[in-house]
Amino acid sequence: MIIRILGEGQFDVADDALDELNELDNALTRAIDSDDDVAFRAALTTLLDTVRQRGAPAPADALVPSQLILPAADAHLDEVKDLLGEEGLIPG
Amino acid sequence: MSLMKRLTMIFRAKASNALDRAEDPRETLDYSYQKQLEMLHKVRRGVADVATSRKRLELQTRQLQQQADKLEQQGRQALSLGREDLTREALVRRSGLQQQLADLRSQYDSLNEQEQKLMVASQRLQAKVDAFRTRKETLKATYTAAEAQTKIGEAFSGISEEMSDVGLAMQRAEDKTSQMQARAGAIDELLASGALTDATGTAKDDITAELERMSSSSGVELELARMKQELGAGAPRTQIETNPPAPGQGDDA
Repeated sequence: MIIRILGEGQFDVADDALDELNELDNALTRAIDSDDDVAFRAALTTLLDTVRQRGAPAPADALVPSQLILPAADAHLDEVKDLLGEEGLIPG
Repeated sequence: MSLMKRLTMIFRAKASNALDRAEDPRETLDYSYQKQLEMLHKVRRGVADVATSRKRLELQTRQLQQQADKLEQQGRQALSLGREDLTREALVRRSGLQQQLADLRSQYDSLNEQEQKLMVASQRLQAKVDAFRTRKETLKATYTAAEAQTKIGEAFSGISEEMSDVGLAMQRAEDKTSQMQARAGAIDELLASGALTDATGTAKDDITAELERMSSSSGVELELARMKQELGAGAPRTQIETNPPAPGQGDDA
């Protein structure tokens, strides 16, 4: 499965890591919903580290869409919210 | 819904939006390729902009450092002349400068990081654009609507995702750079107005003036003392020198 970390490129992650990633992602979503900057930072760092560890960087000339996309490591909480709110869930 | 899925949907929707508007996917491929080249050009220019800002920051850091060194030296000089108040003043100004320096350095680090990231992104985009060009020609050659459509869609969302990503990176670098430029402008203004005194030392600040006044006045004192000593020592000698002719005159008489 291909996962993109914004600003870093794509990683090819084995499917069996998905459960672990989902759990970390839930923590991240909770942190965003509760506006908790500290929890957000910690959750994001853990999630990105896991992706980097479990995955291999995709070749630069591979033209494949990612199945999942993650914010950049130094992204701010507001920045991620802007990204989500930019066009909402149903962009037009 | 999870964050990862939400972000993915946003990016994919953008790609399919662009694709849906086109009548013939083959035209979209060419148009998209043009856009990609433009983007690549923009990113390269972005890298150059960030590098320029970084250099400017380097220059300012150096100037401020010189200024801080000069103030420290002045502080020492003032202390050796017994002017503790002047020393204190110099040190207070130096600590202000050091605050500025620390800020500049952290800005420099963040700008440097942005530049690195942007460079990597530009290389990645270049590779993707090249791959897209190859794929585009193959697809156009073998185009049979239904079959190619899915492949085009895939190549297209692959590249447009990359472009969105690089676009975001560009935007962040631009934000950082413009912040930095505003700051650099402010420091230039301060240097120009003399609030941060000129590091080149062409204009004299008040500590320098006071120190020079003191050293010149103490120089005057010294000179005076030397002259007095010369005069004091010289006067008796002239007397001695004028005295001997008197006996001679006496001899003549």
